[in-house]
Amino acid sequence: MSDQQGDSPLKRTPLYDFHNKLNAKMVPFAGYEMPVLYPLGVLKEHLHVREKAGLFDVSHMGQAFLIPADGEFKTAAHALETLAPGNFAILKPGRQRYSQLLNDEGGVLDDLMVTRLGMEGHEHWVYVVVNAACKTRDFALIEKSMPDNVEMKILDDMALIALQGPKAVDVLAGFAPQVADMAFMSSLDLPVSVDEQEMWMHVSRSGYTGEDGYELAIKSKDVETFWRALEAHPDVEAIGLGARDSLRLEAGLCLYGHDIDETTTPIEANLTWSIGKRRRENGGFPGAEKILAQLKDGPARKLVGIKPEGRAPAREGTKVFSTDGAEIGIVTSGGYGPSVGGPVAMGYVSTKHSEAGTALELEVRGKRLPALVQPLPFVAHNFYRKKK
Amino acid sequence: MSKTYYTKEHEWIMVEDGVGTIGITDHAQEQLGDIVFVELPEPGLEVEQGDEACVVESVKAASEVYAPISGEVVEANEALGENAALVNESAETDAWFIKIKLSNADELEELMDKAGYEEFVESES
Repeated sequence: MSDQQGDSPLKRTPLYDFHNKLNAKMVPFAGYEMPVLYPLGVLKEHLHVREKAGLFDVSHMGQAFLIPADGEFKTAAHALETLAPGNFAILKPGRQRYSQLLNDEGGVLDDLMVTRLGMEGHEHWVYVVVNAACKTRDFALIEKSMPDNVEMKILDDMALIALQGPKAVDVLAGFAPQVADMAFMSSLDLPVSVDEQEMWMHVSRSGYTGEDGYELAIKSKDVETFWRALEAHPDVEAIGLGARDSLRLEAGLCLYGHDIDETTTPIEANLTWSIGKRRRENGGFPGAEKILAQLKDGPARKLVGIKPEGRAPAREGTKVFSTDGAEIGIVTSGGYGPSVGGPVAMGYVSTKHSEAGTALELEVRGKRLPALVQPLPFVAHNFYRKKK
Repeated sequence: MSKTYYTKEHEWIMVEDGVGTIGITDHAQEQLGDIVFVELPEPGLEVEQGDEACVVESVKAASEVYAPISGEVVEANEALGENAALVNESAETDAWFIKIKLSNADELEELMDKAGYEEFVESES
């Protein structure tokens, strides 16, 4: 997904200089120069997040507010529902939903997070986060779909960082005790004082690692101060895109442009859970006809976890065969899972071969290697569940 | 008496009594990052200079290791099958990949010595 911006110069996040100070290895990604790893290295960064807490710069992602002038949240929510199959209209203040922007064939144009702000006086505001490589197109699409009385405000002056891992709660609660008891997929807007610098953050309890943690939207001018303060905690390490990818793969989370794209539907990608009940009954989103038919009859192929039985990783693009030699699918994400301690992959296989435990073969460098369909995630999610 | 040579593809070969022990350089393992898998050929395989002889996979990608000289593979380092990370720890000693019985020692003349290799790495960066 790094080629959408073509040859235009790479953009930088507000933390670019700081990553260089940390001796990060910078690579082009989705039109940005991003840290792929720090001196710790992908393997140790990955394991650190699972054990303690990691800090990620994801400021390349697109952030925007949708602000209905009539003060009604539903005005923006219903307009978004014409683009995506999520049930946004029922979102309570401060709640967040994962969804997908779809094309007319039910293919995924992008996946996104949709939040109804919880802050008093702003409960009709919608906050969306989309992928960096797709953001220009996404925002054009969203803006076009909004009624005239909804203003879309792209947040070019906001950075986005993620603090992920079992210790994330203790680290962030040191700055804002309120975050400790936040529900998974909820958000707060609150002032925070960091090294005597006053700033605002929009914090959500969510992420892309399978661990408990937070994503923090902070003004670009304030983000380095906050990053430094968080990273100063002995349990926190800076984590690059390399470990972000292996963490999300072990967690069975889709990566746009790889596991999902314009040729895959949310049903095929096992994202049915993200389609609201009302939306399944009434449709009213792009590609609804195809998606509702797939819901009824089952899709012809499914995204599954694939566990190579040996030590060799099966990378994206690896062909998948049944044990009787028929080509039945393709790996869409694959590599080494540091917490699993071996290779892990996801890919599409024909539904007939999608049951957990089905034996498969992967063609790696001309050889057929044995593999099994394995239920996702590879590493159990460790999301926060409120104590009753 | 052994002598060690280097290639532009960042392999080393230590030659002793007509057998070359081959691995990747410390510089190469640093560039590759955390190594998670090494694929080695079966002993008995005949290779030509420049052939793909092994594959080394890091967390990021798969890279080929080329035969610095022609000959017959006489041994592969079984220890790497159990512990590919050994390449990160001791690329130029314990983490050798294969041993090749040289079929044409003249090919060594095309390779670099340590000083030449260091200069080459310098010029690449």
